[in-house]
Amino acid sequence: MAVTKLFGASIKRREDPRLITGMATYTDDLTLPGMAYAQIVRSPHAHARIVRIDAAAARRHPGVVAVFTGRDLAGALKPIPTAWLIPNADLKTPPHPPLAVDTVRYAGDGVAVVVATDRYAARDAAQLVEVTYEPLPAVVDQITAAGPGAPQIHAEAPGNLAFRWAVQGGDAGAAFAEAQRDGVVVSQRFVNQRLIPNAIETRSVLARYNSGSGELTVWYTTQNPHIARFLMSVVTGIPEQKIRIIAPEVGGGFGSKIPFYPDEAVVAFCARAIGRPVKWTEDRRENYLATIHGRDHITDLELAARTDGTVTGIRGKTWANLGAYLSTAAPGIPTILHGLMLPGCYAIPNLSYEVQGVFTNTAPVDAYRGAGRPEATYLIERMMDLLAARLGMDPAEVRRKNFIPPDRFPYTTAAGLQYDSGNYTPALERALEAAEYRRLRSVQQQGPKDNRYLGIGLSTYVEICGLGPSAVAGAVGFQGGLWESATVRLHPTGKATVFTGTSPHGQGEETTFAQIVAEELGLPIDDIEVVHGDTGSISMGWGTYGSRTTVVGGAAIALAARRVRDKATKIAAHLLEAAESDLVFDRGRFYVRGSPDRAKSIQDVTLQAYLAWNLPAGVEPSLEASAYYDPSNFTFPFGAHVAVVKVDAETGEVELRRYVAVDDCGRVINPMIVDGQVHGGLVQGIAQALWEGAAYSAEGQLLTGSMADYAVPRAHMFPRFVTGRTETPSPHNPLGVKGVGETGTIASTPAIVNAVVDALRPFGITHLDMPLTPERVWTAIRTHARR
Amino acid sequence: MKHKISLTVNGTTYTHEVEPRLLLVHYIRDVLGLTGTHIGCDTTSCGACTIHMNGKAVKSCTVLAVQADGAQLLTVEGLARDGQLHPIQEGFWEEHGLQCGFCTPGMMLAALELLQRIPDPTEEQIRAGIEGNLCRCTGYQHIVNAIQYAARKMRGEEPRKAAV
Ligand code: FES
Ligand code: FES
Repeated sequence: MAVTKLFGASIKRREDPRLITGMATYTDDLTLPGMAYAQIVRSPHAHARIVRIDAAAARRHPGVVAVFTGRDLAGALKPIPTAWLIPNADLKTPPHPPLAVDTVRYAGDGVAVVVATDRYAARDAAQLVEVTYEPLPAVVDQITAAGPGAPQIHAEAPGNLAFRWAVQGGDAGAAFAEAQRDGVVVSQRFVNQRLIPNAIETRSVLARYNSGSGELTVWYTTQNPHIARFLMSVVTGIPEQKIRIIAPEVGGGFGSKIPFYPDEAVVAFCARAIGRPVKWTEDRRENYLATIHGRDHITDLELAARTDGTVTGIRGKTWANLGAYLSTAAPGIPTILHGLMLPGCYAIPNLSYEVQGVFTNTAPVDAYRGAGRPEATYLIERMMDLLAARLGMDPAEVRRKNFIPPDRFPYTTAAGLQYDSGNYTPALERALEAAEYRRLRSVQQQGPKDNRYLGIGLSTYVEICGLGPSAVAGAVGFQGGLWESATVRLHPTGKATVFTGTSPHGQGEETTFAQIVAEELGLPIDDIEVVHGDTGSISMGWGTYGSRTTVVGGAAIALAARRVRDKATKIAAHLLEAAESDLVFDRGRFYVRGSPDRAKSIQDVTLQAYLAWNLPAGVEPSLEASAYYDPSNFTFPFGAHVAVVKVDAETGEVELRRYVAVDDCGRVINPMIVDGQVHGGLVQGIAQALWEGAAYSAEGQLLTGSMADYAVPRAHMFPRFVTGRTETPSPHNPLGVKGVGETGTIASTPAIVNAVVDALRPFGITHLDMPLTPERVWTAIRTHARR
Repeated sequence: MKHKISLTVNGTTYTHEVEPRLLLVHYIRDVLGLTGTHIGCDTTSCGACTIHMNGKAVKSCTVLAVQADGAQLLTVEGLARDGQLHPIQEGFWEEHGLQCGFCTPGMMLAALELLQRIPDPTEEQIRAGIEGNLCRCTGYQHIVNAIQYAARKMRGEEPRKAAV
């Protein structure tokens, strides 16, 4: 493909003018005539039986239109389904009622909804709904919940076990037996703490039901409107063709806006029941309680290696906390997207890994940026450092030694995935050089200055992106396809509208996609409009998550544009009275080879396609094409990150001094946007390592229940990041792209922890669980100093 | 009991009867229909609601509408003049200082006040100056670049682009 200056250029984003002038429309910005406001009454208990709900006082409150309880909804709405039914794992799917009927299972579980004529009245009246609870014993941590004598959360899931999933490859038993004899085995327990996604826009839903036409229109904060339409239809019984879902401007998601929550079904029910539009907007407290959380794994892991540092096997077990109910994608996150990535970028022939999914009395856990892959990368990257420390090797050397060599791609891992392409060593060398690794190691040799200890941490990662081949999605139980749709429509004036089934919400694809079409059709970029997030105008799509939007959605757009070009070529050849094979297409012009003056612009051809006065035989009028792209494989971006920290042994404080990220996401369409994606991911990943963590009390109260209690990081907590790239195109993707939305979160967490542990080596510390707060670091130093 | 308030927003004067407990941010969004000012929290933590009140950046979720009686307010809708973007808007656009855009109006107004106080801030001063505003998307680096761009432009210097 010819590379023009648009593809690969840092074009300013086309979505920005409306966003920087306050003219963008997010869901909560919408108001419809007669609109009422909903407030959901949520359980203050983590586990309790509902004895009685008395809504009389709430109903009498001025402005209140209606109050509904779980019982009122029970006949009208079906339970909220899970969409990822992983096979061979004895998966239990206990019912998840839209509002709790008999039992609440986490603090934040909805029990009633109040609808009133204004926000304040709805909120006041919600306080007047009297719910009598009979508290039950609660359990919040997954190991206790999976153990004997724990409170039982669902009758359908004995022992609180949602599933037991395993992956095997090679012969881990033999590898460990050999390592125990002649090599080394390192083992460690890891806690990957629970995180709260914190999109700055909370969730919001506005539903309107037209009783005359039977149509339900829902504007809402979703990353995947077509999946939402399907599930809305399943839950409400309203036929799919009568439902229109619109994702207006969406203020960040990070996975938290993938699920179909009870709330959207409840709001749709209310709109239908009271015969007027209803809006519900979560406040932040509610967002913390009832929007999904991420991560929350406890893992026991072992690595087998030879004494020269060659890793021969990995085995272990993870307990994944799933919360009180199975959220939309929950079962697939700690298994398919996690377990299969455990070997990372290393040629590890033997693998045995088990994951138990466990119900607890906490908010449901689902995909949070990276979704399973950060947890996997954290495990393997920490293990590589533990191995290096055990053998007295340099962590960079251990990695080089175990990288999958470039000549072995496509490479099939012990977990059965086929990595498409990779060249890991150059990325590592680039990162080491940019970080001045050698110099820093010699500075480190000189010992601490002013009781401040230097630490250097590496993370070399590979991730699975571009979700994904639909046949594989089906084989692993995902109840959907993962292909993507695109329509490229040229208008009579030669301008274009592009429709995509993805649903970007900050990732900049209105720009990236326009760059693709401008490249393929030679159109000025300002003549291209990208439409997304509306089931009313887009035939089908699977949405934005899993770093799939540009990889899968962009490829569909390129293919549709190429079909448009093929048809335009036929018409141009006819108009120019030349053979198609004699035509050259260059920057928007068709001309006859050898006579550049015999030419038609794409705009001329488009007009003729619509006028249809003189079309070649068998060619239909109009000029548009659709493509449905189903990738043949996933893509596997990779890279190397280096973190440099100083740890103050007096205070336990960690200062991040320098951070270098070298990422390979295949071909780059817009470098500025790619950098932005990397930066955003880094901040989230670094924050997990150092500050963030959701905490519940033993009784199931969320202790980090507000932005004042949960450490969403701020600008002054970071140095300027250094980013770099290598470029190894995906061989199977039509654009050669691999995806970049999650790399930063996946790679950075272990780089930071490795750096801090590296700094603490003089104290004999080999591991610390996250977040590495001053208190935790300080305590570890004191404890070890005393030994 | 409702209170009568009168205030100027982006140069237009409004008079309304409001409940004493009405938050200024709800007044701006729901009563005036200026929805560019956002709400991201309930603990004065995120700064999505930042506006200027009598020339000072305030979090409008933590001010009652009645407290703004007689005040001059500036919201994101008032930044551009005669179809010309304000340098702070230009900076955010040029330097990719936004992704989902939800934090952006508040972020720009906080940054603008910073530049009015310190026309030539260091990177450290910029990072400290936007400490009251959370962005979950950008990782802040391009926001810093955007503010540096705006600072140069507002000082009458040729703005240099930092992004690739
Ligand atoms: S809405 Fe978060 S500080 Fe005002
Ligand atoms: S751009 Fe999304 S929160 Fe800042």
